[in-house]
This record gives sequence, C-alpha cells and structure tokens, in this order.
Amino acid sequence: MATKQIKGVLGEKLGMTQVFDDAGRIVPVTVLKAGPCVVTRVRTPDTDGYSAIQLGYGKINPRKVNKPLGDYLRKHDLTPRRHYVEVRTTDATEYQLGQEVTAETFEAGQLVDVTGKSKGKGYAGVMKRHGFRGLSATHGTQRKHRSPGSIGGCATPGRVFKGLRMAGRMGNARTTVQNLTVHSVDADKGLILVKGAVPGPNGGLVLVRTAVKGDK
Amino acid sequence: MHTAIQEIEKAQLRSDIPVFRPGDTLNVHVRVTEGNRSRVQVFKGVVIRRQGGASRETFTVRKISYGVGVERTFPVHTPVIEKIEVVSRGRVRRAKLYYLRNLRGKAARIRERREPVAS
Repeated sequence: MATKQIKGVLGEKLGMTQVFDDAGRIVPVTVLKAGPCVVTRVRTPDTDGYSAIQLGYGKINPRKVNKPLGDYLRKHDLTPRRHYVEVRTTDATEYQLGQEVTAETFEAGQLVDVTGKSKGKGYAGVMKRHGFRGLSATHGTQRKHRSPGSIGGCATPGRVFKGLRMAGRMGNARTTVQNLTVHSVDADKGLILVKGAVPGPNGGLVLVRTAVKGDK
Repeated sequence: MHTAIQEIEKAQLRSDIPVFRPGDTLNVHVRVTEGNRSRVQVFKGVVIRRQGGASRETFTVRKISYGVGVERTFPVHTPVIEKIEVVSRGRVRRAKLYYLRNLRGKAARIRERREPVAS
C-alpha cells in the first residue's frame, strides 16, 4: 500500500443543500460540521501494537464519564468528550495529546470517505432491502406482488442456503460512502461541504477520513 | 433547517434579480459557453411557474419557437443568467400556468396587469 496519510475528523451532518460551482452548475452538497476534535490518545506500535489516533468530539457533562476513562482524561488534562473514535494512520506519532483537529484537515477538491450510521428502515421487505423486482403486477399474481419468489429447490438440497437475501431489519448500521469530493471548506465556521449524500439523519455523527482508494 | 445551511444559501442569492411572477413575460439573458467562447443568448417567454425557496428557487419560461412550444427552467439565482428583463406583467389567476400548454395563438394570450402592486 502506498504511504498515504489517512487523516480524519469527527463531526455532525447538518443537512443537504445545493450550491453553484465556478461554471454555474448546480452541485448537491451535504453540509458537515467538522470538529473541533481533540486527540485524546496516540496509539503507537510499541505500546499498542498498531498505529492510530483517538479523536474526541462533542460536549458531555463530566459527571457522566465513568471512572476509568475520567481518570485517564484527568491524568492527561483533557476535557471529556461525548464521542470517541480511532483513526488508523501511519503518522500517529506526529500528533500530540490535546491537539485540535478541525475542518482545515481537508481541502477543496480532495476525495474523502464519510462514515455514519444509516437511518433505520425497520423490518423491510426484499424489494426495498435488496432491490428485488418482486413478482408480476398482473398475469394472475395474487397478494404476492412484493414477495421474493422462490428461495430454493425442494428435495435437493432440501434446505435453504445460508446467507440467502431475505426480508429483515434494514438500516441503522454503520455505513461508509467512499470517494466523495470535498466541494469547499469553511475553516471559520468549521464546515465541510461534501458533494453528494452522506449516511445518517441530520444531526447524526459522521467521521470524515481521507479516501482509502484512489491516488489523490 | 440548520442556520449554517441557511447562511450558505443566503450567500448564493443574487440581489440583481427583478421582481417577477407567473404570467410575466421575461427576456432572460443566458450566458452560453461554446468551447472557450462565451456569448449571451436571449430567451423570451412567459413565466409559467416559480417553485422552491432560497437559492434552490427555479422558474420556468415558456415560448413558442417555430410553432413548437419550448420551456426552459432556470434556477433564479444561477450565475449563468446575465440579466433578467421584465417585458410585461400579466394578470393571471393561477400560480402555475400549465393550462397554457393546451392553448395556442390568441387563446394563449395573457391580459396585462394594469397597476402593478407597489413593491
């Protein structure tokens, strides 16, 4: 793997809108409030066996922090945060404890991966969940228009294969959208405008990272 | 909507757009880029709808070109529009003038609004 420095910042999805680019075209963008995050832990291969940084984001009442974590934070003179996440990066040693990570981590035109928790869809059928086409609308189909159809043979194999796509709980799962373009960064307000949609509801926690794939 | 998004949208708004409503006839000066040359094209017609809010607002202009109805939808605040001229104001009783699509010639005329509302 190339020596790409993965950078990350935690934030919040504020919502979507559209902006005009230089050519006057409409660009659909998601507005993310990124940071300010604080480096709460630096993981190095010597001490932890891998290289990563832990970021903290959001306010929390210090009384709500449990003792092990609270003691650790007090020892290093850090304020407690609501959300913590680890970002695997090869240059973890370049970060210091308590260092601020803001929206300026990223610049316009860059590709990023955005991770969030998708909206829960409840118990969803196969058409919604897996994109099945359902059965025919006519030709005598009765009360089975959205059903999956056959789920396997009869005596051979005499069972339903494992992993067969069926109806079930959909959404409310960690989802990453890769290779979104950063449209612009507003460092003063701590906003990142990302082209395209991002998983999760407005106000949901999102993690923006340098794109894993691609050269840029 | 989050205030940060409202601010982003507000920053996109243009202040040089005249007041116009459905029924009005406009000259829309559109910047057309061909290769690396850019020129201005005028699209003249009747506004048959305005929809959306803030920077997302769009309007549709309808004209009859060589006997064929042509409709173009523009974002109100797009930088592609050089300028908008209001040619005449029309008196209409609908917000969406889709009925014009079924009319042609004399029937598709729109009465002029005499005393424009003091704005």
